[in-house]
Amino acid sequence: MHATAGGLEHVRALMSHATGDEKHEESSTSTVDALWVLYDRVLHIDPARPDAEDRDRFILSKGHGPVAHYAILAAKGFFPTEWLDGFMEHGSRLGSHPDRTLVPGVEASTGSLGHGLSMAVGVAQALRAKGLRDQRVVVLCGDGELNEGSNWEAIALAPHLSLANLTLLLIDNHSSSIVTDSWTDKLDSFGWSVREVDGHDLDGLERALAPVQDVPLAVVADVPEGEW
Amino acid sequence: MVSVPGASMRESFAAAATELFIGHDRVAIVLAEISAQYFERAVAHDRSRAVNVGIAEAAMVGVAAGFAMEGFHPIAHSLGPFMAERPFEQLKLDFGYQGLGGTFVGSGASYDYASEGATHHAAGDVGAMLTIPRMQVLSPGHGTEVESLLRATFDNAAPTYVRTSLATNDEPHDVAPGRLEVLRRGSGATVVTFGPTLSRTVAASEGSDVTIAYATSVAPFDDEGLRALVGDRPHVIAVEPWYEGTTAPVLTRALGDLPTRYSFIGVPRRFVHEYGTWPEIDADVGLDVAGIRSRIAALSLTEHPSP
Repeated sequence: MHATAGGLEHVRALMSHATGDEKHEESSTSTVDALWVLYDRVLHIDPARPDAEDRDRFILSKGHGPVAHYAILAAKGFFPTEWLDGFMEHGSRLGSHPDRTLVPGVEASTGSLGHGLSMAVGVAQALRAKGLRDQRVVVLCGDGELNEGSNWEAIALAPHLSLANLTLLLIDNHSSSIVTDSWTDKLDSFGWSVREVDGHDLDGLERALAPVQDVPLAVVADVPEGEW
Repeated sequence: MVSVPGASMRESFAAAATELFIGHDRVAIVLAEISAQYFERAVAHDRSRAVNVGIAEAAMVGVAAGFAMEGFHPIAHSLGPFMAERPFEQLKLDFGYQGLGGTFVGSGASYDYASEGATHHAAGDVGAMLTIPRMQVLSPGHGTEVESLLRATFDNAAPTYVRTSLATNDEPHDVAPGRLEVLRRGSGATVVTFGPTLSRTVAASEGSDVTIAYATSVAPFDDEGLRALVGDRPHVIAVEPWYEGTTAPVLTRALGDLPTRYSFIGVPRRFVHEYGTWPEIDADVGLDVAGIRSRIAALSLTEHPSP
């Protein structure tokens, strides 16, 4: 059952409670639609049991601009919405980069770019080792983050391990100073199944995030500058 | 115990890790090509949790962290510089900051691979690891001790660095994390030898009236054991197989309120540009028996300064 569009509007209203991180604001506004689709339509995570063994896993690899993630977690009931009011303040659980030891529903402490994708590969392989076949791992990276070389170690590794339970959600908000050719061509050449989608198209994102067989999935969500 | 007499520390590690892997279905082994030939039995047993990520050390530690996030006890391994230094931030954040446990085994300590040049040296590994809160740092001096320490810590829920070396002591000791062993008591300085420096230090101390203690556990360190050993105005001489002075924070914390004189005999803080073998470099830098003997003798002759 999908929440109404009002759910996303509620999330946007909640985001306005968490202020003070203007340098990463675009990271939140360019990811919020995709994150909403994940938590509202794709991922199976019970807010009452955020550590349940049978949950799907989501890692916000770049860690930058976590306000959208926080607002969605709050809207879904992982923690009280009042927490958002203390964003980045002393004594708050919500910082401008997330801490897994403080926030229910946050799987990884990220913010130093280039860590989350390798961890997601490890989680996906560990799920396989545990025999959990129905759970999936989604990791969100930004196009700027993919400048970090460590990502490409993981991008090469995931198809080698045939991690069909792993999805890379690449939010291409064109923030990378290094201009690249097609992300699709690059990821495809490493052996990923790649789908392109408008990063604001909720139904398109849902379709693009549908699982594939045999190989890891990369969803390249385009969010042009000016549409953040 | 599975250690084979005469086996190298690296071989002992691989044998013990494989036994732990086969005996515990929540142990994962993550490699970055190095030593993959030692783990064919583990891969054959269960390739889903024995992963070779290729020549990619950042991914190795990140993947190991992913296993740890799912409740596994990962054991990652490479040569010293590629285990402790290249993926340092992954060790610091993915394991340290996130509160996860894992075992990281470096082979090739300091200038073990002297003929390879300083790209393959890692005399700063222990110093680097000591900057990561919660990191346990172990320096066995014999293959049998590698196995003992690995078995004692593989599921300790803490990040744990195990430094193995080509150099070994003449015989193994009964070692454990956080334990200091006293081998000889004298009226002079207390010589604390770390890892594979023990045998050469014992030989170098013949005729010197010093106390000799043996440590394989840098963190946790046996603070109480050292305090009980040194007396009221101690002179502690650390013999270190890594950069000289690395253990100063460890020893000063243990004896912080005592007017202690500290001396350090270790690897000079410079890049080694000479090739050759590790015993040859030991002789060059004064970490062979003759070098240690002359340093201890000189240090023992000088007065303890007034507090």
